[in-house]
Formats: sequence, C-alpha cells, structure tokens
Amino acid sequence: MNQGFSQCPLPISPDETIRLAHGSGGRLTQRLIQHMFRPAFSNAFLDPLHDGAVLPSYEGRLAFTTDAYVVHPLFFPGGDIGSLAVYGTINDLAMCGAVPRFLSASFIIEEGLSFRTLHRVVTSMAEAAAKAGVHIVCGDTKVVDRGKGDELFIATSGLGSIPSGLDLGPHRIASGDRIVVSGDLGNHGMAVLSQREGLTFAGDLRSDSAPLHKVVQDLVKQGVGLHCLRDLTRGGLASALHELANGTRLQFCIDEPRIPVMEPIRGACELLGLDPLYVANEGRFVLLLPASEVDHAVAVLQQHEVSRHATEIGHVRLRDEDSHDPAVLLRTLVGTERILDMLSGEQLPRIC
Amino acid sequence: MKYLDEFRDAHLVRACLDQLRAITTRPWTLMEVCGGQTHTIVRYRLDQLLPPQIRVIHGPGCPVCVTPMELIDAAIELAASPEVLLCSFGDMLRVPGTRGDLLGCKAKGGNVHIIYSPLDALQLAKAHPHKQVVGFAVGFETTAPAHALAVKEAARLGLTNYSLIVAHVLVPPALEAILSSPENQVQGFLAAGHVCTIMGYEMYEALARRYRVPIVVTGFEPVDLVEGLLLTIQQLEEGRYDVLNQYARSVRRMGNMNARALVEEVFEPTTRTWRGFGELPASGLALRPTYRDYDALVRFADRLAGLSEKSAVSTSMEQDCQSGLVLQGRLKPSDCPAFGTRCTPEHPLGAPMVSAEGACAAYYRYRSA
Repeated sequence: MNQGFSQCPLPISPDETIRLAHGSGGRLTQRLIQHMFRPAFSNAFLDPLHDGAVLPSYEGRLAFTTDAYVVHPLFFPGGDIGSLAVYGTINDLAMCGAVPRFLSASFIIEEGLSFRTLHRVVTSMAEAAAKAGVHIVCGDTKVVDRGKGDELFIATSGLGSIPSGLDLGPHRIASGDRIVVSGDLGNHGMAVLSQREGLTFAGDLRSDSAPLHKVVQDLVKQGVGLHCLRDLTRGGLASALHELANGTRLQFCIDEPRIPVMEPIRGACELLGLDPLYVANEGRFVLLLPASEVDHAVAVLQQHEVSRHATEIGHVRLRDEDSHDPAVLLRTLVGTERILDMLSGEQLPRIC
Repeated sequence: MKYLDEFRDAHLVRACLDQLRAITTRPWTLMEVCGGQTHTIVRYRLDQLLPPQIRVIHGPGCPVCVTPMELIDAAIELAASPEVLLCSFGDMLRVPGTRGDLLGCKAKGGNVHIIYSPLDALQLAKAHPHKQVVGFAVGFETTAPAHALAVKEAARLGLTNYSLIVAHVLVPPALEAILSSPENQVQGFLAAGHVCTIMGYEMYEALARRYRVPIVVTGFEPVDLVEGLLLTIQQLEEGRYDVLNQYARSVRRMGNMNARALVEEVFEPTTRTWRGFGELPASGLALRPTYRDYDALVRFADRLAGLSEKSAVSTSMEQDCQSGLVLQGRLKPSDCPAFGTRCTPEHPLGAPMVSAEGACAAYYRYRSA
C-alpha cells in the first residue's frame, strides 16, 4: 500500500500552516487529501476516495473497536501520536484474538499546525500501518480554531477478523487461571510525562508503544490455550485487572515482587511519588490462562522482542461474596496482603 | 536499585520484627511524624506484622493537610485572575478550600501549573514577563530551601513578576503541641528523615529531654520503619529517651548547613494556623522584610481582601471532618464515622483523604483484605 508514499514529496511548502479552510471541504481540503493523506495511505480500498470503503469479507467473526488519541507532546521518545493511533487500535483488536485488517483515521487539527509536523505524523502512521500489515481505508479531516485543540487529535477505528473457533474474553476467565504480564510496566506513561514536563531522569525512558497482534497470532498458532487478553493502557495494570474483575465473582491476586518494572522507570516513579502499577503502557498486555498453559505461553512470548520480559505474576480465585472481598489483591514485597485499588482521579506528583 | 532494594528486603524486615517481638514486654504507643512514613506502613501493611502491644498512630506530617483553608482560597482566587500563573506541587491540587480545589479552578479556566521544583516557577516567570507567576510554597523544612533559593534568584535577576504564597510549616512546634496536650498518648516518635536531612536533629534533643520521649530519626522504606520502631521500643523498654538516627545514610546531627543558611536568610519564623490544630506560635515560615516584595499575599492584598472572612465562615463546613483529630494522632482514619462512606477520594470532606501523604488516603487506598 505504501508504494506511492515513498514517492510523495513534502506537499506544498513544509513551512505552511493548516488553516480553517483546510477543513472546509473546499479546494484546500482536497489539496490536503491529495497531497498528504492519499499518497501516504494509498491502497486499493482508499484510493477511490468514495464516501465509504468497500471491503472484502473474511471467514469467522469480526472484531471492531475505536479509540481517540490526544497525547501531548505529539512526539515522544519511542513513538508519536501517529504510530500510537495505529498500534493502539490494532492492539484492541489483537486482544480479541483478531487479525487486524482495516483502520479508519480521523484528524482533528488545530489551526496553525505546520504541514511539516502533520506530514511527520502522517508518515509515521503510514509506516506503522505498513509494518503491521493493515490498510487505512477511510478517514476524515476537521480543522478547529486556534486554541480549541491541542495541535492534533486523531481517532482511529479498526476492523479485524477472528479465526474460526477462537473465543477469547472476560467470560472465559475461571478460578484457578494464572495471570501473565507480557513485559515490564510503566514505560509509555513515564516517557510521555518526562518529555512533556521537561524532566530528566537517570536512564533512558522510552515508550513501549508497539503492535501486539503478531505475538498474539503466534500464541494462537502455537496452540497455547488462552482465556482472555487485555492490553494495559491508561490506568496501567491495576486498572486493567479491575476492569476484568468487576462484576464477576473472581478475585485477581498478584505478587508485587514478580511484577517487572525496569530501573529507570522505578527511579522516576519513586522520585515523583507515582505507582508504576497505575502508569500507562502502550505495548504490554496481560494474559489469563489455565495454569497448565503458563510455561508454553511464556516461552512463546519471550521469543518476541515486544514480550521478552513476559512473566507470571499471579492467579485468579473465587471471591467470598458475603464479606467485602476485594476484586484485586496485592501480596506486597514483605509478604502482607492489601487491596490494589482503582485510581481516584489522576496520579499527581507529590511534594517531597 | 541502590538505596532502595536493600531497604525493602523482606528478610531484613522479618528479622527486625522478630527482635521487636522479643524485646516488647508492655503496650507502647508510637507516632510516625511524616505522611510518607504512614504510607509505607499502610502500603506494606507493616501494622499487621507488629507485636500486638505496639500501637502506631499517625502524625501531622502531611504539609498539604495542614495548609489552612485561607491560603488555599487565596491560591484559587489568584489562579482565577487572567494575569496570574499559579504554580503548585501536584498533590496540593485536590485539597479542598472553601470554594473547591485548584483542579476545579483549572477546569474552569484558572491558570494552574503543576511544577516539580520551585525553580520551574522562576523559569515560567522569565518566559512570561507579562504574567504574574505565583508559587504556592507548601511543605515542611524539606522544601523550604528550594523556595528560598528561588526567591534569592528572583531578587538577583530583578524579576518583578514572581511571588510566593508561603505556607511552609515547621515540625518541632507541632511535636511540642502534641506532647503538651493533656490528651497526649504518644510515648515515642519516629521523626521525619527528610526534614532532618535539611535541619538535622539537634533541635529534638531538648524536646526529648523535656517530655522524656525517645525520638528516632527514621527513613521511609519498610526496613527503615521497622528499624526506627525497634530503636524506639528498645529505649522505652530500657527507660531511655535519647534522640537516635536510624536514617544515617542521609542525616547528620546538624543537617545540611548550606540549606539551613539559605532558609535562615530568606525566611523567619511566624505564627501559623494549622488546619486541624489551630494557631501555633513560631510554627511557620514567612519571608523576611528584605524579601517581603515577593510575598503574594502582600502584592495582591487588594484582590485578596475579604477572603479571610469567607474562609473563617467556612470552617463550619468542616464540622463533619475529623481530620484535626487524625492529624493529632487522636483518631485512626478508619475509626472516623465518615471514612469510606461520606468521605472518599472522589468526595473528600478533608485534606487527608486526597493528599499523597494524607493518612486517610493511605488507609483508603491500601485497605487490607
């Protein structure tokens, strides 16, 4: 799909900026589409530029998801809003066991954004889509007044096909299941925070933003028996486990010493008083699976760069319904047990 | 991680606890002064592992929690002014004043910036010469040197658009207030390691002698806390009341002399109202007359006129909140009738439920199973 992209010259002048008229539907909108989006994303489904993309059908069930990306700064160590908008939506599909096929992409651009910046983002999106093997097949562009956006927002929706016979989801989690995390935590949130606030920490903080569908497909292909997958985005591991446990009779118990967090992230979190279990990730997921499948799953995960630090961190058991048994329990470093609560509001850095 | 992993070692914690159990013969009530220490105790549920005779109660060491309403109201009032950029540490933002909190003010268009160092506010003042940058100087002795440095630097640069709402408070007067209360139950203190890193612990020696209480300067990791408890209980069991330094990797008896000199040069002690305690003499810091130009309460006196009466009226709003008793160590957060029901982090009745160092927040967030 990207043959046209490599020949794409930087449209018009890179120093030009987006004006309201670029979103008005007139000539400037057409120029933006013809010189920026179409050459970058070009594929057989997008190129007709019809009102909607007409897509082929696939065997099995479909998975469909949508997400909005408002990250600031637009570029951060390890990624940018463009690649994030592709990988984030792909990962939601991957967690359903789906092979990601098609994406839509809507751009809400603040007046005054430079073409150079937009081109960088669009280029990154196109490269991410090509790398992941998905097509961006439809989209939209709107421009808002200066001061009414934060440079650029992107919304993507994704469509994927689930192989016949594969059924993953929270409904399959059972007491006795084990909890495996695909890698070390907290990288995306801390990389973005340090970039946004101009904080410098010891060590290299880089976002973990990455597509996860290939490792999921490999797990399925290798015959690993999986019950449920969930990607760890905002709110981190703690919030993801809560989302899975809420409304069920299940209790998720995790072991603090076994949760992988790398030293630079630990250091930065310690300094700011943040808990890495609540910090955002963009290339990590948690797996719920029978105990008998753990070794196989971890072996497959560790063959992939994106999940080479995969490890088992806990288990699932039945909650005592009569007492106020918590949904998520943490066994601390010193062997005591406590609730791992949902976050109330944003994590705010402490005074000292 | 150096200086961290070895102080979170489960075996060392257990070994200290075994010793603690072996030497404890009677009931004792201890107080950890700092909210950071409270969070470690509750986060690792160390309280579950202590011998049953030892009762640990939580002290006033949450600067956000003791900051009086009128200063929060002043910060909110100034943040709502179009020409002001209000700079605050993050965990001050959710603390309710009379008319909401700084996060709410920000949502309504107020100019509230989270800063990580007081010097960040100076950078903002340099970058926005047409704005008035106001720093909210909250904290115990720990953060006072950095604010002193910022004021000195502003004076050196001749910045006329930088000022501070000074809410700094001092630890020793609060300990004295607790010890001199007829209802005092505290028999020994774990003093705050980071405060002593700046100030040293010389000033606690008179306090320990006068009230016959052992004081142990203690760090913030699980091993620190159990060692601090052990050193305090050992003294109580032997009838001693010395000041000991568990946090020797950071604290010297005289503290950091450069930092102390900086604080001394820029600030002077003043009477301060503590939320939950009331007015305590010489318990806060104010800018010395030489630096009074940098006092936001003076600079914006006209705009802030009339606020204090409103804040005074509002103290009746806090009647439901028993955080005063919590901050004085007279009530455990979980024993408060509003805890977890009418008072939660989403709907706090008082500051200790929302501050990162608040005892109520620690109890709520790290409830045991």
